[in-house]
Amino acid sequence: MAKITMRQAISQALWEEMERDPNVFILGEEVGVWGGTYAVTKGFYDHFGPERVKDTPIAEAAIIGAAIGAALTGTRPVAELMTINFAFSAMDHIVNEAAKLHYMFNGQMVLPLVIRTVGGGGRQLGATHSQTPDAIFAHFPGLKVVAPGTPADAKGLLKAAIRSNDPIMFIEHATLYQTRGEIPDGDYLVPIGTSKVQREGKHVTVVTYSKMLELSMKAADLLAKEGIEVEIVDLRSLRPLDMGPVIESIKKTNRGIIVEEGWKSFGVGSEIMSRIYEEAFDYIDAPIKRVAQKEVPLPYNSTLEQMALPQIEDIVSAIKEVM
Amino acid sequence: MKKTEYLELYQQMVVIRLVEERAAVLYQEGKIGGFLHLYIGQEAVSTGLISARQPQDRVITAYRDHGVAINCGISPREVIAELLGKATGISGGKGGTMHMADVTKNFWGGHAIVGAHLPLAAGLALGDQYQKKDGVTICMFGEGATNIGYFHEAVNLSKVWNLPVLWVCENNHYGMGTAVDRASAVSEIRQKAVGYGMKNDLVDGMDLMKVREKSLEMINEIRAGSGPQFLEIMTYRFRGHSMGDPERYRNQAEVHKWQENDPIGIYRSYLLSSKISTDVELEKLDHVAEEIVEDAVRFAESSPEPGAEELFRNIYVEEMSGD
Ligand SMILES: Cc1ncc(C[n+]2csc(CCOP(=O)(O)OP(=O)(O)O)c2C)c(N)n1
Repeated sequence: MAKITMRQAISQALWEEMERDPNVFILGEEVGVWGGTYAVTKGFYDHFGPERVKDTPIAEAAIIGAAIGAALTGTRPVAELMTINFAFSAMDHIVNEAAKLHYMFNGQMVLPLVIRTVGGGGRQLGATHSQTPDAIFAHFPGLKVVAPGTPADAKGLLKAAIRSNDPIMFIEHATLYQTRGEIPDGDYLVPIGTSKVQREGKHVTVVTYSKMLELSMKAADLLAKEGIEVEIVDLRSLRPLDMGPVIESIKKTNRGIIVEEGWKSFGVGSEIMSRIYEEAFDYIDAPIKRVAQKEVPLPYNSTLEQMALPQIEDIVSAIKEVM
Repeated sequence: MKKTEYLELYQQMVVIRLVEERAAVLYQEGKIGGFLHLYIGQEAVSTGLISARQPQDRVITAYRDHGVAINCGISPREVIAELLGKATGISGGKGGTMHMADVTKNFWGGHAIVGAHLPLAAGLALGDQYQKKDGVTICMFGEGATNIGYFHEAVNLSKVWNLPVLWVCENNHYGMGTAVDRASAVSEIRQKAVGYGMKNDLVDGMDLMKVREKSLEMINEIRAGSGPQFLEIMTYRFRGHSMGDPERYRNQAEVHKWQENDPIGIYRSYLLSSKISTDVELEKLDHVAEEIVEDAVRFAESSPEPGAEELFRNIYVEEMSGD
């Protein structure tokens, strides 16, 4: 067990997979000479060379489209979209091509494609550069969507994603790169589409993922001092969505909240809540609550931005409301 | 031009330079958030270009927008206040460094998604054409933006519909860390206009007078009905892409070589050699510029933050019930 940052975990996963399989290569804006906008691929260009670490023009549709094409021929591209806000420029290729080809051509086409990208707010980047549109991507059957909240999961999930034969959106969080955590030794995979209990407790369930896992853990620490034992289920993947641990936890605690960074309307929380009501209605003792981003494009001003983003206190009070 | 106009342009360039230098310091002090893209080195481009417009001519640009904003008549006070996220900022503190606009001055903004404002520029021109107004839309963008599909769609459309647009490519040689020839099939960007049958030209962006003359000529022709034209302006950014740029992609000797062609120095020499002004006079203007910028910083620092009620204001024109 070593303690490393999220950045190192993701970087290690990429490095190890590229060492293992010569068919794995990276393409994206500033992944090479610059070393990655978030320094994830620092050193890769010098080690693996320009053939395998390809700097691209600013052309998101071409990045994803070309990655799809290359994947169809049997290579295993890891395409980087500098931030998820630029994924909209490649939306057609993500949803109309990547998510559909295997099904539409009745299984003939296989595209082992990973789209690595970065989401989240809180850095005063303004409305166009701060979004958490994860739910949008999870809407499309044919696409898998992964969003880790710990270094250990990030490494194992990314390695699993690179070895998977399906197109996968791998969504990192801009403010988690410095987060440290223990990772298992050696080569390990975390299966895509598995939720995980990150903290055990018997009084209330918090369902969350990515950056909001960190906040939820802190909220749970605070509540522990008041004798409230919070159980935290980390979704880790939004599609496939593993409701097993969520339902199990709800059956145990009979109370729950859902915490997501994106907007509440038509969001991750909406989906999780519906499924809990569908699958475990009889076990719920209080209406489930959602903590999410206020329904505004994120403002630049830091005070306003933080007002719009979910805070630890919001999680604490939502939990108290369902107790 | 009258003497006062020559001096006004000198003053604008110096003010922009000082605003940017102050902004860098404010950023290091943690008072400015997000990314900060400085315009140092490129001042003659927008100063020359925008000096050639009439009030009815619209200007739209990318995220490197502080200088353009000042040339369009936005006060340094409002620019720096916006950088600090204050209520008195030109976007009320909600837009930030990448999203400044003042439509009363026909400045239609800083836009942060690369290339995305080019189709908007075609639309601004379409609106003017439709309403039989004689405005020309001036659309500025980096050479990196000419590799994204939006560029090609917009430039093509403008030609097909004969829209009054001046497309202005600021070729500062790098899109983030990617040198132009590593990302663009042609290094001379104006060649792309040839593909759309569009009249085009190239000018030295370190020389304000050359930029101004060429811009005047093209804007006049467009106003007279020539249809869209394309101007490539050769320039260089003296600082990194944004404040967090490790600058691994270029060597300092190259930067120094360009710095010898400082656009402010070149214009200064021109004013002196053509006897339009004197050293004493220009030094006085330098002092005035310093005072303007110091006043702007004081104004911005003592300005209030936007109130909490601002968070939900201006999401829609019509107030909504519910969220
Ligand atoms: C669609 C999109 N992709 C990527 C980015 C990230 N990005 C911001 S600026 C930039 C480089 C742009 O270069 P250029 O157009 O030449 O303008 P310059 O920065 O040189 O002024 C990139 C890749 C973005 N903002 N939008």
